[in-house]
Amino acid sequence: MSQISDLSQATCTEIRDAVRAKKVSALEVTKHFSARIKALDPKINAFVTLNEKAELAASNVDGKIARGEDPGALAGVPMAVKDLLCTKGLKTTASSKMLANFIPPYSATVVNRLEAAGAVTLGKTSLDEFAMGSSNENAATGPVKNPWDPEYVPGGSSGGSAAALAARMAPGAIGTDTGGSIRQPASFCGLFGIKPTYGRVSRYGIIAFASSLDQAGPMAHSTKDCALLLETISGSCAYDSTSATIEVPKWSEIIKDDVKGLRVGLPKEYFAEKMDGDVERVTKEAIAALKDRGAIIVDITLPLVKHAVPVYYLVATSEAASNLARYDGMRYGHRTSNITTGSLEEVYTRSRGEGFGAEVKRRIMLGTYALSSGYYDAYYQKASQVRRLIRNEFLSAFESCDVILSPVCTSPAFKIGERINDPLEMYLNDIFTTSTNLAGLPGMSVPAGYSAKGLPIGVQLMTRHFDETRMFNVSLALENALGAVKARRPHVI
Amino acid sequence: MTKDNSNKSLDLAAVRKVAELSRLELTETEMKAYAGQLAAVLENFEQLQAVDTKGIEPLVTPTDLSVRLREDEAVKTKDIEPFLSNAPARSGNLFKVPPVV
Repeated sequence: MSQISDLSQATCTEIRDAVRAKKVSALEVTKHFSARIKALDPKINAFVTLNEKAELAASNVDGKIARGEDPGALAGVPMAVKDLLCTKGLKTTASSKMLANFIPPYSATVVNRLEAAGAVTLGKTSLDEFAMGSSNENAATGPVKNPWDPEYVPGGSSGGSAAALAARMAPGAIGTDTGGSIRQPASFCGLFGIKPTYGRVSRYGIIAFASSLDQAGPMAHSTKDCALLLETISGSCAYDSTSATIEVPKWSEIIKDDVKGLRVGLPKEYFAEKMDGDVERVTKEAIAALKDRGAIIVDITLPLVKHAVPVYYLVATSEAASNLARYDGMRYGHRTSNITTGSLEEVYTRSRGEGFGAEVKRRIMLGTYALSSGYYDAYYQKASQVRRLIRNEFLSAFESCDVILSPVCTSPAFKIGERINDPLEMYLNDIFTTSTNLAGLPGMSVPAGYSAKGLPIGVQLMTRHFDETRMFNVSLALENALGAVKARRPHVI
Repeated sequence: MTKDNSNKSLDLAAVRKVAELSRLELTETEMKAYAGQLAAVLENFEQLQAVDTKGIEPLVTPTDLSVRLREDEAVKTKDIEPFLSNAPARSGNLFKVPPVV
């Protein structure tokens, strides 16, 4: 572990163990990954802000170890944190001009829990502005490149976290997922990424996009790392009344790759969608791998998921229009310097017009329209009703299966610029991931193979509310069965 | 998306009204672009009207967990300075804003 070449490829668990065993110091680890960021990020553009206090935090972990104190379950593990999570004293921008100079007075609960466990925040990663996008092209600091091929998008909105991880600029990362923003970039970058059950992880200090859909979760290079990171950040929080009081299992210690007799449901509607040939092949290989290990494959039906995209975009944009009303240029955020009349109204509208990017404005417009008088019943209300029906369908489906398996996306990563001018096509790409958030279910992307061009492809797992344990078991079974998938490396490294 | 949709557009007056409700100052170019794009999106979303939702309670939050309440106690936890230092304009310990009336 003391060799630099090993450190780059090490998992969070291996780094934690090596730091605790004094085989390497936390400071050496942090310096190693900081050096990689300096060398590689000019090509990838994953980071928005680096944490100048990272080495100090790492030294504090080393100090604890030297004094014989418990350095924590993530001792010395450097983390890339999506720039949507507030970090006290460290600039947090949501990749928006609106928050270009925002320095949070407090940290998100997720960040506090990671740091309390000895993790080192290396820096803040790029995202689609306010987490609105599926390609990380809508970022104030420019598009992020996919380390597997820099002409391609890393996915989004947690594209910076995914790219940082895939290029081994950090061994672990935190993303957020409102309609697929962890799972889709994880699929595009060959990573494990989990969106936990709604309520599993506190949303306190995470810049809100759509409050009934948002969840933060880990991205990593192994199932066990995801388990370790998720158990660290999960659990009830006094500052988020929707955070669940349900016990958090010690997943990193209890997960096992036994899927014998487990019923894996395949929703026929997901497989009826127009799908890329490589995605179809990889998904079938994953299904075959689970069958070989004794899983029982069952066909299930979710007839209403075909409406998931409109339901999702009406609900999400309505909530976003409300949440983003707070950016008025008064107490923080961008205020226009272009004053004509100087009226309050002018300052509001001009500050917002200047501070928000094109996609954010488009979504605020759509949400405002869906909530406006005369359209509320036909749009927001109707979508919320269909949302209940979609959730009910999932609950029924879980009576005949234990886990649902599907593709994450209809295709592998697409080229930068290819879809940016066609919002609807970009939205329709989210067909497999959005229903999970609407129903509040946990979902995960597991690396399962590659396209003919060599781009990674993941498969999606979904389980019942708060049944992340079973999801991790299936993920571990796939990870062990598809060992060759993990052996490949992005071109950049 | 079918490319045919790009020719249709939402009434520009409607877009202007929504921008006003959204407190967004938009250029004419932006409004024209949004008119076409939003029309295409809304046309696709019309598919929802075919779903029978008679008597269905809207689902506004996805879990069955009841919301927990806590004691409403004032807790002094924050310094004022980190909050004020984010302000676009301040006057001493106050936020400076444009005239409200």
